[in-house]
Order: sequence, then C-alpha cells, then structure tokens
Amino acid sequence: MRLLGKLDWSAVPLDQPIPLIASAVAGGVVVGVLAYVWFKGWWPYLWNEWLTSVDHKRIGVMYIILAALMLLRGFADAIMMRSQQALALHGAQGYLPPEHYDQVFSAHGTIMIFFGAMPFVIGLMNFVVPLQLGVRDVAFPTLNNTGFWLTATGALLVNISLAVGEFARTGWLPYPPLSELAYSPGVGVDYYLWALQISGVGTLTTGINLVTTILKMRAPGMSYLRMPMFCWTSLASNLLIVAAFPILTATLAMLTLDRYMGFHFFTNEAGGNPMMFVNLIWAWGHPEVYILILPAFGIFSEVFSTFSAKPLFGYRSMVMATLFICVVSFLVWLHHFFTMGAGGDVNAAFGIATSIIAVGTGVKIYNWLFTMYGGRVRFEVPMLWALGFVITFVIGGMTGVLLAVPPADFVLHNSMFLVAHFHNVIIGGVLFGAFAGYEYWFPKAFGFRLHKGWGVTAFWLTLTGFIATFMPLYIVGMEGMTRRLQHIDNALWDPWILMAGAGTVVIFLGVAAQVVQLIVSIRMREQLRDLTGDPWNGRTLEWVTPSPPPTFNFPVLHDVHGEDAYWGMKQAAIAQERLYEEPDYKPIEMPKNNPTGFVCGFFAAIMGFSLIWHIWWLVILGFIGAYATFVIFAWQDEDEYEIPAEEVARVDRARRASRGPEWLAAMESQA
Amino acid sequence: MSQTSTPSDVASVYLQHGPYGSGHDPHGHGHAEARGHGAGGPAPRRVIVGYGFWIFLLSDIVMFSGFFAAYAVLAHATAGGPTGRQLFDLNRVAIETACLLLSSFTCGLGYVAATRRRQIETQFWMLVTGLLGLVFVILEALEFYEMIQHGAGPDRSAFLSAFFALVGCHGLHVTVGGLWLGTMMAQIWFKGFRPQIMRRLLCFNLFWHALDIIWVALFTIVYLLGAGA
Repeated sequence: MRLLGKLDWSAVPLDQPIPLIASAVAGGVVVGVLAYVWFKGWWPYLWNEWLTSVDHKRIGVMYIILAALMLLRGFADAIMMRSQQALALHGAQGYLPPEHYDQVFSAHGTIMIFFGAMPFVIGLMNFVVPLQLGVRDVAFPTLNNTGFWLTATGALLVNISLAVGEFARTGWLPYPPLSELAYSPGVGVDYYLWALQISGVGTLTTGINLVTTILKMRAPGMSYLRMPMFCWTSLASNLLIVAAFPILTATLAMLTLDRYMGFHFFTNEAGGNPMMFVNLIWAWGHPEVYILILPAFGIFSEVFSTFSAKPLFGYRSMVMATLFICVVSFLVWLHHFFTMGAGGDVNAAFGIATSIIAVGTGVKIYNWLFTMYGGRVRFEVPMLWALGFVITFVIGGMTGVLLAVPPADFVLHNSMFLVAHFHNVIIGGVLFGAFAGYEYWFPKAFGFRLHKGWGVTAFWLTLTGFIATFMPLYIVGMEGMTRRLQHIDNALWDPWILMAGAGTVVIFLGVAAQVVQLIVSIRMREQLRDLTGDPWNGRTLEWVTPSPPPTFNFPVLHDVHGEDAYWGMKQAAIAQERLYEEPDYKPIEMPKNNPTGFVCGFFAAIMGFSLIWHIWWLVILGFIGAYATFVIFAWQDEDEYEIPAEEVARVDRARRASRGPEWLAAMESQA
Repeated sequence: MSQTSTPSDVASVYLQHGPYGSGHDPHGHGHAEARGHGAGGPAPRRVIVGYGFWIFLLSDIVMFSGFFAAYAVLAHATAGGPTGRQLFDLNRVAIETACLLLSSFTCGLGYVAATRRRQIETQFWMLVTGLLGLVFVILEALEFYEMIQHGAGPDRSAFLSAFFALVGCHGLHVTVGGLWLGTMMAQIWFKGFRPQIMRRLLCFNLFWHALDIIWVALFTIVYLLGAGA
C-alpha cells in the first residue's frame, strides 16, 4: 500500500496552462489575504469574533461571503464556456480541449447550485429569520457554525480539484454509467461525491436548525399567521431540505459504494439499474429547485410590501401557494426525463403536476402586482431587482410550462432551450432574489446603505446582459442545438452564439459594477450611514433593532399583535408622538463562541481529501479527530455567558435616542 | 391585520396590548405551556432540543427510505446469484430482533432511572443496552462474513448490493449509537444528571428507539418477505 494512496505529482496539471495559472492565481490571492491579515494583526479578532462565532447574523454574513466568492468562480467558468463556443465555430477548436471543457461545465453547475446559490440563500435565511421572528438566536447556535464550516469544506474540495487532480466530466449531476469507475476512472467524480456529501450534511443541519427555530422560537404573540412572508417561505424551504437532502445523501452514498467497493447499484452489469440513479437524484433535485426559489419569493414579498408602503396583498393566499408548491414539488421529478420511456400515462401525470405548480406561482405573481397597486412605490435598488424578477421569471415560467408538455419535451430535451429555461428561472428568480435581499438587508447587517447609483447600474447591466445571453439560447435550442457542445458546426447558429457571448460581456460589466458598488459603499460609509436601524421604513421586526444589531438582537422581546408587527408598533408610536416607556432591562444569557465547527470542518476536509485519494490511514486519523472534537465539545461545562443589564440598557438607549420626534414625523409622512 | 385596517386601527391594537399597555413578558424566558401556536413566546430549551432531534430523526428515516426504495427496485436483480431465500437465516435474525427490541426496553428503563437520579441503576441499564446492541452488531457482522465467504458479497449482484447497503447502514447506526452511549455513560458518571445531559439522554433514547422502528421495517421487508419469496 502506498502512503499517499493514488496521489502523486502527475495529479498537478503541469502541462495544462489554464488550470495551472488559474489555481496559481487563486492560491496566491488566498495566501496573500492570509498574509495581509497576519501582518495587520487581525487574526485574534477574526478568529474570536467571526470564524468561531455562533451568532446567526455573523454566520449568515460568512455564508454570503462564501457564496459571493463561489459565484465569481462559477461565473469565470461561464465566461470560459460562452467564449469557447463563440471561438469554436466551423471546425475551429477554440482554446478548451473537450476533456477540459467537460470539467468546466460540470464545475460551473456544481459550484453555482451548491456553493453559490445555496449558501447565498441559506446565509440570508440565517441572518434574517431570527430577527424577523423577534428572537435572539437560532435553536442550535453551535450546530449552525458547524454547518457553515462543512459547506465551506465542500467548496474548498471542489476548488482544490483545480490544482490537484481533476473535476468530474459528467455534468453537474453525475449520471451513471458514465460516472461509474469503468468510464470515469479518475478522481473527478470522487471530488464531486465527497464535496457534496460533506456540504450536504452542513445543509441538512441548517434545515433542521431553521425548521426548529421557526416552529418553536417566535416572539410572544407571533402565531403562524402573523409570521412575515419570508419566514413562511424559509419554513417551506427548510422543510424541503429536511425531506429532500437525505435522498441526495443516500443516492451519492450508493454511487460511492459502486465506485469504491464494487457494488452494483447503477452499473450496467450484475443487475444494476442506471435509471434508478436518475430517478433518485431528481427526487432530491426537483425539490432543490424550490429550496432555492421559495426564499427568493419571500424576499420579493418583503421588498414589494416595504417599497409600496402597503401590507402584502393576499397574505393567506401567499401562505397557501407556498405550502402548495412545497408539497407538489415532490410530485414532479419525472419531468426531468420524460424520454426515459415510462409511457404516455405516467408522462401525462407528471406533465400535469408540473403545469399545476405554475398556478401556485401565478397566485404569487398577482399578489405582488396587487401589492404595488395603489401603493406609494419607491424605486430603490431592491425594488428594481424585484421588478426585473417579475418580468424575467414570467418568461422563464412559461418556457417551463412548455417543457412540461411531454411531446414538446421530447423535442427540446437536453437542448439549449432547456439551458436557457433553467438559467432564466435561476438567474431571474434565485439570483435576482438574492441580490434584492443583499441590497435590502445590507444596511441592517452593517449600519450603512449600499451606493444607489452603482446599484442601479449593476441592475440594468445585469438585466440587459442576461437577456442578451439567454434569449439567443432559446432560439438555437428550438433550432436543435444540444447542450454541452465543445464546438459548433452549424452556420445558422453562429450569430446567436456570438450574441450570447456578447451578452456575457455585459453581464461581466454588471458583476464588476456590483463589486465596485461594495467598494465605493465601504469607502463612503459615513455618508451612507443609517443611525436609526430602519432605513427603508420597514414593517417587520428586524427593523426595530439598531443596525448592526447587538449580539442579543433585542434588548426586550416584543409582543406581537398582528401581521407586520413593527409597522404596528410604529403606528402606535406615531399616534402617541413618542416611543413606549423605557422597559425594565434585565441581563441576557447568550451562547459562547467556540471553535467546534471550525475544527469539525478541518477534520472533514482531511477526511474528504484522503477519501478522494484513497489515503486510508489519514481517513482513520480524520475520523478519530472528529470524534474527539465531539467528545470535547460535549464535555465543556460553561457554554453560555451573561450580558449585564447595563450593557443591554446602553444599546437600547442609543437606539431610542436616534428615534426622536423628527424621525417619527418622517415615518408618518411616508406611511 | 386585514387589508382594510387603517394605521389608526393598528395603532390602537398596539396601544392597548403592546409595550404601551401592561402585562406582557418582555424577556421571553419561555413558558412550559407553549405548544408552538405562538402565544407563549420561545419554547423551553428541553422542548426545542427534543423537537429538533425529532426533525433530524425524520430526515434520517428519509435517508433510509432511499435505501429501501433501491432495495425494492433491485430485490429481484440477482444476476443468476443466490436469492434471499437461499441466504437468510431467520433464526439468527430472530435473535437479532429480540436483542434490539429488548435493548430499547432497557434503554427506557435507564431513562426512568436517570429521571430518578439513580446513578448505579442508570449505569446498569445503559450497560445492558450497550451489550445487547453489541450482540446485535456481532451477529450481523457474522452474517455478512459468512455471506461473503460463500461468494455472496455485495459485488455479486445488484440485489446483494442493495441488501448490504441497507442492512449495513442500519448496523452502522447501531455502532455509532454504541459510541454515543459509551460517551453518555462517562458523562453521567463524571458530571451527574445536569439538565443539559438529561436533554442529551432524551435524544439518545429517541435515536435508539428510531433504530428499532427502522429495524422492524427492515426485518419485514428484507428478511420475512425475502425468505418467503
């Protein structure tokens, strides 16, 4: 047995300049940032206040930072794909050989879904949900930190594959038999499997945590039908995580057993059944789509209501539609492979179920439109993203209903039309939602707004670039172009492919504008400062606290007597022309920060890497380390500390001082 | 509030009942009677921990259902190899079942002893639980060993792949449960019956009973149906 398993110098792509340079640059940036942090002496602060933090707000911010980095990485892959196709027309081969191009599109899908969209959405839920529920933390704070580090470990493994070994060439869902050992003998699929298995555990812990938080920890008086819409959609999304992610765990475990121990779940030989993989993976995969989009629907509900200065139209129908989508999302998985040959009756049943989901979504679209109707609409940046979403998502939804018709799907299956459709709903829905949420809650997280001018620029560039990139792909898809082509030999498609490439340039400018917006906003933070904690005239409880909120979120918990609890409190304050009497402050117990999650992530990374490369002794060491961490964490005596009443009073008095008569008058004029 | 309520309606509700009024609990330490309908504020710690662990167990059962589904699809894909009827020894499985169900009973006795703060009795019943679990795991390992010796390992057919994965996944859960049990016994011995440790013991009990539920399904679908087919 070799000490390092399958690992040797041939794993480093010394003969391929693109991954070599990319990983050298990425590694250099990481080392540079770490060195800078070291040089500046920021390590103790970073370690004590962020990396080991069990504060749901800080964990949420770390999730979003991870997501932003991974979105940039996935976007780099996207640029390579669009430019490769634009350069590989009529027999030209472009600059990416097929085996590399295959890794690029597989990595793009994997990174965007699992390490871009998921952490962004989970980060927003983590940050916002306890604040909106009016409570001090999530149900299991240390588990929350552990979930983040497991997700980060998964992202790390995928990115290590750039420099050491290779990534899967199977697409973002590794269909067997291609993904079996016989056809993918390298470590690419193993990187995929272990990265997702580890981050999947992290996602599951988040799901359990947030379901428990929403169902068991709410401010006094906040019954289910008084919860903000974002909490409802988060509840639905996390219920889906709890119900769907274990299926992914089981499915990937089966493929792992096939590859590592000669099992025959999905092989061609010995009775294995490759189509079973496809069924199982989509039994997770379709709910996953709604895990991503439902929180985005919640964000849009908050944004439309706030910036129209009206309660959400049809709150109860919105709740119904959310739960309807939550249930029906489990009954449509077969529409991803109508061509399997299940027969007309089965295909028709799944086609109809799929089309019916559009009814629930349609209810939501009308509710948002009617929320704006008769309101005083303010076109702030979050509202722009929300309006852009309504338009793009309706187009994406309608092409989805078209694909739900089995005969049409037989023609469009695996075509660029499909690619255009799901980018249309994921970019136009999830990503626009995430950006709306980012712009909307940024002032809550950091105490200053993002620069509006750059935000508007980023929105229009992204929207234009998105349309220019993906509308042509619908057309070439209709004309028969299949997905994942490394080069293109049909002259009819040339103009559309070139247009899509040009569209990507515009999206790039949009991304750049967003990065500039962040930098400019940080530099101008004193001009953009919000002292009141309520910059948008908000309606839900997160706006009652100062920005950024103290560790304990709320000096006292607020009684809730209706929907839009904070708006109600504000109306009462306006009617009285003063805030309520200063309450009686008491000390607050909060969980202590601890490094359990970080250490777990460290050992998970070691175990994942050594499993990928068959370094068995290191796997065992990693397991022992993880178990020791568990015992040490369980053994500690003091896991809480007390914040004295004077500190609680100081925070609340500062907030109350910023909300004087002038502020009340300003709020009244906007209502 | 409904669509038609005006700001002054809303304001009056909050003026009567909100922080301007009286009789609310501003510190939200939780009420034992809170049942999640919202009136009581955050639930007590014990309820939160137990509830969260139930959610985890449900997710674990969903994972098992994935393996059950695979087994159901592949149960007849024996690829010319041995079938369940030829392989399963129902006598051994009966002993395994008896051990596991009995261990659930002793686990419950251990929790009862713990609620009465009886150290020795608690340790005794937990030890019995662990030993019964150990017998179960050894019997299962013997079954696997003999099957592999007779050329009926997981690489022989898709049926056997599904069998080994499903039964092995359950066995792995029992093994991890055993590790957890040992850790808990040490904690109770050295730290006594603190609320935090009692909550963990509650979770361990839920976990151990859930493994029984899985085993009942496994016993029926894999062994009884397999030996009869």
